[in-house]
Amino acid sequence: MKAPFSGNRLIVLAGYLAVIVVAPLVSTRGYWLSLLCQIGITTIFALSFNMLLGQTGLLSFGHAVYFGLGAFATVHLLRAVHEHSWRFPVTLLPLAGGVAGLLFGIALGYVTTRRAGTTFAMISLGIGEMVAASSLMFPGFFGGEGGLSSNRVTSPGWFGITYGSPLQMYYLIAGWAFLSIVGMYLLTDTPLGRMANAVRDNPERAEFVGFDPQWVRYLMVVLAGFFAGVAGGLTALNYEIVTAETLSTATSGIVIMMAFVGGIGHFTGPIIGAALITVLRIAVAGITEAWPFYFGILFTVLVLYAPGGIAGIVAEHKRLYEAGQLGRALQDYLLGLLPFALCASGVITLVEMAYALANTSEPGSAPLHLFGLTLNAARPLGWAPPVIALTVGALLLRAISRRMAARRDTLYASLLQRQA
Amino acid sequence: MQFVLSSLLNGLAYGLLLFMLSSGLTLIFSMMSILNFAHAAFYMLGAYFAYQISAAVGFWPGLVVAPLLVGIIGALVERYGLRKAHRFGPVAELLFTFGLSFLAVEAVQLIWGKAAVDYRIPSSLQGALFTFHGTSYPIYKAFMMVVSVGMLLALYAGLAFTRIGLIIQAALSRPDMVQALGHDVPRIFTLVFGGGTALAGLAGVIGGNALVTEPGMAESMGPIVFVVVVVGGLGSLGGAFVASLLIGILQTFMVGLDWSLIDLLRALRLEPRAAPALTRLSLTQLAPIMPYLLMVVILIFRPRGLMGARET
Repeated sequence: MKAPFSGNRLIVLAGYLAVIVVAPLVSTRGYWLSLLCQIGITTIFALSFNMLLGQTGLLSFGHAVYFGLGAFATVHLLRAVHEHSWRFPVTLLPLAGGVAGLLFGIALGYVTTRRAGTTFAMISLGIGEMVAASSLMFPGFFGGEGGLSSNRVTSPGWFGITYGSPLQMYYLIAGWAFLSIVGMYLLTDTPLGRMANAVRDNPERAEFVGFDPQWVRYLMVVLAGFFAGVAGGLTALNYEIVTAETLSTATSGIVIMMAFVGGIGHFTGPIIGAALITVLRIAVAGITEAWPFYFGILFTVLVLYAPGGIAGIVAEHKRLYEAGQLGRALQDYLLGLLPFALCASGVITLVEMAYALANTSEPGSAPLHLFGLTLNAARPLGWAPPVIALTVGALLLRAISRRMAARRDTLYASLLQRQA
Repeated sequence: MQFVLSSLLNGLAYGLLLFMLSSGLTLIFSMMSILNFAHAAFYMLGAYFAYQISAAVGFWPGLVVAPLLVGIIGALVERYGLRKAHRFGPVAELLFTFGLSFLAVEAVQLIWGKAAVDYRIPSSLQGALFTFHGTSYPIYKAFMMVVSVGMLLALYAGLAFTRIGLIIQAALSRPDMVQALGHDVPRIFTLVFGGGTALAGLAGVIGGNALVTEPGMAESMGPIVFVVVVVGGLGSLGGAFVASLLIGILQTFMVGLDWSLIDLLRALRLEPRAAPALTRLSLTQLAPIMPYLLMVVILIFRPRGLMGARET
């Protein structure tokens, strides 16, 4: 057996550690630190989701259940610590979230993993809805509409660290994120991780080797529940308030997007996706109200044209580079830049016009300032330019991508020949 | 007595509405093995289209045109989206429809706003059909039942007795063979997907004004339709029918009954000294999660669903 961390991997790991230690020093602004905290939490959450989708082939529409229940368990424990003046270190509180996620994984996973594939997706959605609906039925545990709040500063913690300052909180999140990432990475190399891949690719053969696929799925759901719970526990500490939204289906949807946009086929994919979506969410939401729509478009386009996500795109270009074809591909991209810009500006204009029209107060006038122009969405003729731009751009893009696909096919064929 | 009757009729109307949605989903699933996550989004589109059309020209044209529009959109989605996603396998297809449902909800919010729109029952269908012991039954509920039953009979007749219906049935089980016999199976797929989404659209047209037409309607209906399909057994139209009516009627009865565990204990003269929150939950409060509880029970005791084939 080879060592799990050797050579390049150790360097990557050390680099990652260095990045998360240095990151808060880049800017002293408050929002930078809160952004980093959010990225740390969503990274754990997205990676735990990918233990299911990427590694075991289980698409869960209800992963937020473990995240949210972990958060609620943590906030309950934190409140109890305050109430009874227990000497429970805050540093270990996220572990309570993890244990809660694990326990709920044991209970709910027993039901969800009875079926695989598409049925699992439907059942996980049903269970997710059930827990989300229950959150309003038990206001005692879930705090009703207002949620539950607490204060993360208890008695002086270890070495006088109280997590009163955001920077200390960041390092708590970063530490747990690092441990979780290493843990989840090591898991991929264990026999269980390997069997999960086998169950994903061919459950029948996995069964012939002597493993029960249902049992493997169950274990993976339980473990993913643990890590999602840790992420939930960190959210509870970070915001000091937990609402029913943390276990809603919307939260489950966001984590699907993060993992997929980053790339579910690579371990690093969800890390990239979590960081990117978190940053975009804040950046784009500041510019336009229609940001969820753009996210939907980004996600759908990726599903159709780059199912490997960003990590997949990177891997493919690495292959092109090794084949000495990267320059050629970049030329094509340069060619595609203008049609792409046409398409994008067409879509953006249409969306913003629809939004302006829906929100105008006076009939006949829906002013919109975009790309340095002032448009009136209430004029029917005003819709023609974006439609034309979108159509022309799409047609050009299609022509270019066909040429590229044809060339790539011949390239891969020749590479295969050379190998043979 | 009147409670039983009115709940039964209301539950039947709701159950038939559920079946209109779940039948389309089941047809699409058993034919293409695609779980259309966006199915409830098409239901929502149907309601919004009908709202827009009825505001312009009236309810009756909308009843016909809105489902057709939804069906056309569905067919386009299959032809230009799903077929592409199909190359990457079932997870990509599911994720594509997931992205689509997300987009549809956002688009509806962009165009019609976040609040509910005023999609009303037409005046010709307002009022009571009959009054029984002081409880009146609205005409519109009866109209909903007539439309759904009529639609389902038409669907059944179309599948069982027409040439295209027979080809569709054949393509359900042996698409390769049907293809080999010279039929254009991909086009049949497009047709079935368009038809299934049109059914969802029709459900939206008649359900949108009876319930509520708002961007959240897809999210509130979608999981229940999935539960219906799982409880009934994946790919089984008969199972979906039984499960739809079961859930529809059960839920309607529960909404009307405020019995709780503590009432039962009291009736048995077993009143505990401390009553935890769980025992004080009434059936009314439990109604929203009843479908999911039913699903859990079914999955534990009969994982293949009421009438589903054994998983292969």
